[in-house]
Amino acid sequence: MLVLAGIAVIAGGFLLRFNPLLVIVASAAVTGWAAGLDPLRILATFGHAFNETRYVTAIYMVLPVIGLLERRGLQERARGLVAGLRGATAGRLLAGYLLFRQVTAALGLTSVAGPAQTVRPLVAPMAQAAAERQGATDDAATERVKAMAAATDNIGLFFGEDIFIAIGSILLMKGVLDGYGIVLEPFQLSVWAIPTAIAAFAIHGARLMWLDRRLARKGPAA
Amino acid sequence: MIGLNLVYGIAGAVFAIFAVLALRDRRLANAGFHALIAASFLIGDRLGDIANGLLVLALVAIAASGRMRRADPAPPPAARHGARVFVPALVIPAAALAGTLLFKQLPGLVDPKQATLVAVTCGTLIALALCLALLNARPAEPFVAGRRLIDDIGWVAVMPQMLASLGAVFALAGVGGVVGELIGAVVPAGNVAGAVLAYALGMAAFTIVMGNAFAAFPVMAAAVGVPLLIRGADGDPAVVAAVGMLAGFCGTLMTPMAANFNLMPAALLDLKDRYGVIRAQLPTAIPLLAFNAALLYAMIA
Repeated sequence: MLVLAGIAVIAGGFLLRFNPLLVIVASAAVTGWAAGLDPLRILATFGHAFNETRYVTAIYMVLPVIGLLERRGLQERARGLVAGLRGATAGRLLAGYLLFRQVTAALGLTSVAGPAQTVRPLVAPMAQAAAERQGATDDAATERVKAMAAATDNIGLFFGEDIFIAIGSILLMKGVLDGYGIVLEPFQLSVWAIPTAIAAFAIHGARLMWLDRRLARKGPAA
Repeated sequence: MIGLNLVYGIAGAVFAIFAVLALRDRRLANAGFHALIAASFLIGDRLGDIANGLLVLALVAIAASGRMRRADPAPPPAARHGARVFVPALVIPAAALAGTLLFKQLPGLVDPKQATLVAVTCGTLIALALCLALLNARPAEPFVAGRRLIDDIGWVAVMPQMLASLGAVFALAGVGGVVGELIGAVVPAGNVAGAVLAYALGMAAFTIVMGNAFAAFPVMAAAVGVPLLIRGADGDPAVVAAVGMLAGFCGTLMTPMAANFNLMPAALLDLKDRYGVIRAQLPTAIPLLAFNAALLYAMIA
């Protein structure tokens, strides 16, 4: 029971808005101490895991390219594309992106898009430009549209990728069930990701249409 | 064989350049932070576990000192290229796609497990070359612009990696087993609806705590999924596993612990509310979690 103290440290630390990195290290220390590990062992475990998970941080290597392209007007160009599209709204644009993200993830192409690769340079500015045409120009609307662009990217990824049979989570499920003597083919698991994928598109798609209605109410469409 | 060595070599070089540029501008805290990340990428495998742990503590010390600064405001961008500016932007996803498919056919040359990361790295290098050739950028220009972005992101950049490492400490301390026992203990025996609810909500709740549905699945499968739903209620194992995992993904949408999905984009998009992306996801995640629980119940009972 005492090892749960680390979870309390995380929740409390985030809630009280201490520096999150400090909170994480404090939680690791408290958890390890509660489990009776000596401090060097905790430090070594943390250091080892940090070294093994560097691939998470490697994606920032795209920043020089994205940064330069933005200096050369990429976001403005992306906005310009939307200006030329008749009937483009923030909601419809993001619904199209949701479908694209789900389908590509279902084909195993999880890294063709992402917050750094596509959302910041292309999707968010395009959705913002559409929202401005719908009459929503204030800060709160801009903030909501940008947050919705990032949310749409995550939702499309999460509820598309499990349809692909060689994705990590499918292999993990197969491995865990194997341990109980239950043998399944990856295909049997991936088929059962389809109903939830459809529900995710329906629910989030409806919210995106609702976003359009809210944006339209804010001001007259240009 | 080409694999993470190439990926980490390039990522390390990029952060090393960020560090040098920050040093040039006398932004010492930022320079130190980037230099430590560069060191982790370039020589992390040779440092040993304790030294890597100390490297983490140094990163945290810099972040907590409050001395890291955001980028100075930039002059407005110059849009003088027309549609050409899209070419390098689209090369990265296109290379990720083509490379992933191609490298799987070349298992001797590229590590098949890292095909996508290697492909993204190649795409980045091609895009960088195109920036110089097609847009006449000076060699230092992309890195100056990129440093501006990484300075705006700040220490949030390493948060996903830090949380993944915390997960390793949780695993070693047996946190999963304790939570699994707690949830297993509250489920009334023989009640399928109760067991389904405990399993779906447990997957989501555990994922919220750990930031990762992968950590939650083995625990919830052991506590509820296998004994109560598969063996007890005769549920189809494929449904129990697949839909349970997706219930966990709903939890991922709701937690700051999944920093790479939820906090990193907020920083990257410069949102005022650090939790803005989570707030945008909640109204989708909650009904979808209910859908998954209902689907499980419909297929088992």
